[in-house]
Amino acid sequence: MTTPFSSMAWVMSGSFIGSFGAVFLKAGAKRLQREGLIRSAVTNWRLAAGVFAYLVSAIFFLFGVRNGELSVLYPLVAFGYVWTMFWSRLFFGEPLTRTKFVALGLILVGIAVLGLGNE
Amino acid sequence: MKFRYSKDDILRKPSDVAPLNVTVSTPAQKRRSLWLVFCCTLFGAAAQILIKTGANTFAPNPTVAEMIGRIFTHLPLFTGYAFYGISTVMLVVALRHGELSLLYPVIALTFVWVTVLSVMVFHDSMNPLKLLGITIIVGGVAILGRGSHTA
Repeated sequence: MTTPFSSMAWVMSGSFIGSFGAVFLKAGAKRLQREGLIRSAVTNWRLAAGVFAYLVSAIFFLFGVRNGELSVLYPLVAFGYVWTMFWSRLFFGEPLTRTKFVALGLILVGIAVLGLGNE
Repeated sequence: MKFRYSKDDILRKPSDVAPLNVTVSTPAQKRRSLWLVFCCTLFGAAAQILIKTGANTFAPNPTVAEMIGRIFTHLPLFTGYAFYGISTVMLVVALRHGELSLLYPVIALTFVWVTVLSVMVFHDSMNPLKLLGITIIVGGVAILGRGSHTA
């Protein structure tokens, strides 16, 4: 069984969109106010954008995993973590340390191996 | 003469109220964030299992309307989506403190819980590759957890 390119494209796009979900949730979370917490959460367009990005990415994943091998598609899902790491540096100025790269590398390998085991 | 309000009180608008994250997060807050993301993965995994349980009860080739209706009438499906909501709220609360690049990859633990729960609930087989994959993921997350104390 081979993985069609369309499946890979769905999953890759989904993980790319989902990584922006994380960025928007973080940006929104930073702007929550102690006074009027509920109001500052409900009127927070960044949080709404984050949730929307997650919903869209979930739909993309759904289309993506219908065909193809999980050992290929799982790591592509997890590739969203790589995007998120770069956005963290770009938008929030977080340092990218060797610890984070090593940990992320292990997680990606682990997810790939898990995908192999699921076939 | 005694003023009832100070000048600062009058000038302070609601938008001047300090955001929660205006100061540097304390180590305790960062640790709490890490645990919140951890709990968030538990809820996320439980949500996936519940939704899978619910989806297994669908008639063959359900219409979109039937699927949406079932979310509100079938308890496992409803609980599953509610858990997704809870895990999202937890993630937002967690993200107030700490670094996104450190907290976000922890969500990979969801893969671990889903694999373990699938074996327990759906009697999926466990094999060496799955076990190895789980172990490597947990190792990676453990490194992030340790890194959050030093960062």
